Parts: sequence; structure tokens; C-alpha cells
Amino acid sequence: MNVHTGFSNPEKGNYQSVKGWGIDADPENDPTYPIKDRTDAEQNGYTWPRPPQQPIRPGILVSIERPNVTAVYGNTVPPRGLSGAIRRFAFKFSESSYLHWLPLLMADRVNVVEGVLQDLAKGKVPNIPAERGIKSEWKYNKKAVITKVAVGAALIGGIVAMCMMKQEKKHCRR
Amino acid sequence: MLAMNYRGPQRVRIDNKPMPEILHPQDAIVRVTRSCICGSDLHLYNGNVPDTRVGETFGHEFIGIVEEIGADVHNLKVGDHVIVPFNIACGECAFCQQELYGNCHEANPEATAVGGIFGYSHTAGGYMGGQAEYVRVPYANVGPMVIPDWMHPDDAVLMTDVVPTGYQAAEMAGIQPGDTVVIFGAGPIGIMAARCAWLFGAGRVIVFDHVEYRLDFVRKYGPAEVYNFRSIRDVVVFVKKTTDSLGADVCIDCVGAEAAGNLMQTITGRKLLLQAGSATALHWAINSVKKGGIVSIVGVYGPTDNLVPIGNVVNKGITIRANQAAVKRLLPKLIEHVKNGIIRPSELITHRLPLEEIADGYRMFADKLDNCIKTVLIPPRAGV
Repeated sequence: MNVHTGFSNPEKGNYQSVKGWGIDADPENDPTYPIKDRTDAEQNGYTWPRPPQQPIRPGILVSIERPNVTAVYGNTVPPRGLSGAIRRFAFKFSESSYLHWLPLLMADRVNVVEGVLQDLAKGKVPNIPAERGIKSEWKYNKKAVITKVAVGAALIGGIVAMCMMKQEKKHCRR
Repeated sequence: MLAMNYRGPQRVRIDNKPMPEILHPQDAIVRVTRSCICGSDLHLYNGNVPDTRVGETFGHEFIGIVEEIGADVHNLKVGDHVIVPFNIACGECAFCQQELYGNCHEANPEATAVGGIFGYSHTAGGYMGGQAEYVRVPYANVGPMVIPDWMHPDDAVLMTDVVPTGYQAAEMAGIQPGDTVVIFGAGPIGIMAARCAWLFGAGRVIVFDHVEYRLDFVRKYGPAEVYNFRSIRDVVVFVKKTTDSLGADVCIDCVGAEAAGNLMQTITGRKLLLQAGSATALHWAINSVKKGGIVSIVGVYGPTDNLVPIGNVVNKGITIRANQAAVKRLLPKLIEHVKNGIIRPSELITHRLPLEEIADGYRMFADKLDNCIKTVLIPPRAGV
């Protein structure tokens, strides 16, 4: 066992002494054919000569189902801010846990707000209609754009009307 | 350099980003000449793939010219025009050695269930994608393949994903001569799977979708029998009726998480994200295949759970086969098929847009506007 990681590939037992061992083995009973050029090399564990390691930069999140950082990695957008903290929390749990994936989805949504704030901090107001491809939607599906604008306007109008009615009620009470 | 910049669900734009650098001795830097928007990019675009970070650049279907190579790159040289498979594979791990190039163990530290994929969230390794002017290509000795002189770039760019994935969908289906093959989805992958099903000896190919112009296309391109599931009361009963009650020999799910056709799946899978996408196509595939039949899955789903009738898989004795396509394994054979005119990839391309118009490209592809089947993005410095 690798004492640093807890991963191991224990030596297999003396299974050949088990009565009937392998008598029905059939190499053609292989639903992976022809996708996998089967060698069963993985039975030896994580023993292949690894490619050189890409220098490990801080901030890489690693699945707890792995013993190491893979020889290459991307990490083009390192985790940072509140979303980064949520992502680091998520990586305390395995890929089979909701506590891994649901916080990551939550972090993605928090990250959207962070993205808008970053844009504003740089003096850039995001052009959300353009980012959503309004030009092609207007060109090919005017009805959808008009519907969206009408629904949006109705919602905003409704909220404004409700606020005004509340204000008016307050004035009347006074 | 110009690169796509993800800003949140259904929000993308083009920004200036720093040039990619050689970070590993087996890296190459490639100047992109063509890239595509893939159906599976829509899962990212819609914000359905966990750990998709604001600022990422998508794009796993691209070709380009090698601009720079690392010290240990010996299979490529500067100036080569290369097909770059969408999967990043080391070529040395136990899985790559067995040609499972979509399952490399040395390309993605952030998840073990999925290998490294260009521009497909940090869940797939956090690599920069090809919807940009330049890309860092790791393990450049293994994946990239020089484009033959006779091959047009528009054909070559579809060899990075669409053609191999469609082909492997049919290959995994274990099609035997005379089999009835039902394909769910008439997007680019479904269209290619329909074409490739014949190469394995299918006797009948049936495609279901709800987008009429795509059904019209695959009717001729496959060729295939096509049906709009919106005009059918029950898809499974329809398949049973047209196979003398036995079910199809083989069903292929070429849709994945964005499937339409079942309100409950749509609400729980696509709107509320309570499951890893809508599993409507997979549900239909399992229920439409014959007893002892094969279901092949290339549709992309998220990493959590999906509601599928697994009890029927057991009771019907169905074999399920699925994987990301091993592009490198398939390329030599598929290039021959293109050379011999058996597969004509570029006929799927309906739109060619400048990279700068990427936001409109995504909208057009996502909403299936202007009869869009496949959109190719051309960067300003493509040069070809």
C-alpha cells in the first residue's frame, strides 16, 4: 500500500487451488470486443511507466478516487472566490456522492454572479442579449423574441404595479 | 488571441485571451483552422454539466496547424495540419494500451469516470477548447493525426468526433446482417450512426426525432425510415408493431441529456436538474429493443443519476454497451471510408460562421434555427 495515498493492489490469493478454478473460462465471452484490445494490464494495478508530470500548480482539484494528479491536466480556470470555496468542499467527497456534484452545480451558479461582478469591476457591462445570441434569434425566430420581450415586460409591469398599489395603500392609511 | 468565453447558462461571447503555452514536454500548440459546435456542447451551454466554470472555452471538435511543439514531441512537426481527436489520451496507461482512448487514466485529475476532453468543463479535466484561435494539445504524439492531402478541412473537422462517435455507436450495437436498427435522435451523431449501421449489415434502419428537417435529411443521407415521435402516440408500441411485436434487434441512443418527448423526464432532467438530464431516448431504447437485444449509448448524460427502467434491462436480458468514441482507434478505417466515398462527412455542415459570431452560432444550433444541422466556426487566422 502507498502509505501517502492509501491506494493499493494487494497480491492475489492462491485461487488456482480453488476446486474448478477456470474450467469454464471462455475468452470469447467478452462484450467489450472489438472496442477493447483486451490485455487485462490493469490487473497489475497502477504500474505502467507514467508520462512525465506536468508541473503541479496550486489550485488543482483532484478526485479523492485518485492517488495523484494526472500527468497532464487543464485547470484553465482555477477555483477562486466563493464558488472556489464551494468547489473545494465538493472535492472532499467522491464522484458517487451527491455532496460532490450538487455543490459543484451550486458553485457554477454562484460563479455566474461572480462573473458579472468581475465584468463590472473591469468597467465592462455584459451585453447579455448579444451573449444569448439575440441577433440570430431575431433573424430566424422573431416570434420567440417578441414573446420573450412581451412576457418580460408583463412581469416587470406587474411587479411595478403591485409595488405602486402597496405604496398607495400605505398613503391611504396615513 | 480570440476565444469563446462562457459567462453562464446560454451566455457565451468572444474575448481576447492569453495565448496557450507549452506546459508539458509532449504538448503542441495548434492554430485552429476549423471548429464545430457539438450537440454535447449544449449540455455545457445550458449549464447542466457540473464544474463548468465562467471563463472556460468550449470546443472539442477542431482541426488545426501545428505552430509549436514540446521537447518530447516526435510524431508531429510545425506546419502539420492535424485532426485532433476530442479525447486526450496518454497512450501509455493500461486503458490506452487496450485502445480505450476515451478512458485514459492520465488526463483528468478531477474525475475518474470521464477521461480528458478538450473544452468540456473541469469535470473533463479543465482543458481549453477549440472554439478559439489557438489551443494547447497535450500528448501530441498520441492523438493528433496529419490530415491526408486529399481530404477537405470540412471533412476532416467532422473526423474529430461526429464520424467516429456515429460509427462506434453502430459498432457497439453489434449489428448482425439483416438486423432492424432503431436510432433515437437525428442530430449529426444520429445521422452518422444511421449511415454506419448499413456498413455492419443492417437490414432496416429506423430513426426517430421530432425535428422535421433533420428527419428529411437522414431519410436521404442514411438512408433511413424516419418518424416524428410527436405524431406517434406511443413510440415503444410503434416499434413493437413494426417489428411483429418482438422489438428491434438493436436500439441506439444518440440523444443524451437534452431529450424531448416525455414531460416528466424533461421537467426533472432538464428544467429542475433532479436527474442528470432527460433520459427519454434511453427509456425508449430499453423498452423498444427485443429480448436479448443490444442497446448502444453514445448520447451524453451528466455524472449523477437518471431514471431508466433498469428492471426491464434485467428481465429482457438486454446488453447495454456504451462509451466515448475511441477516435484514435477508428481514424485509419474511417479515413479509408471517406476516401472511398462511403461516408461523406461534410454534407452534414449547414452553416459556416466566423468565430466572432459564436453567440449567434450557439443560439442557432440550440434552437435549431434556419434548418441547422452542423455549424462550423472559422477563426480569423484559419488561413485555409
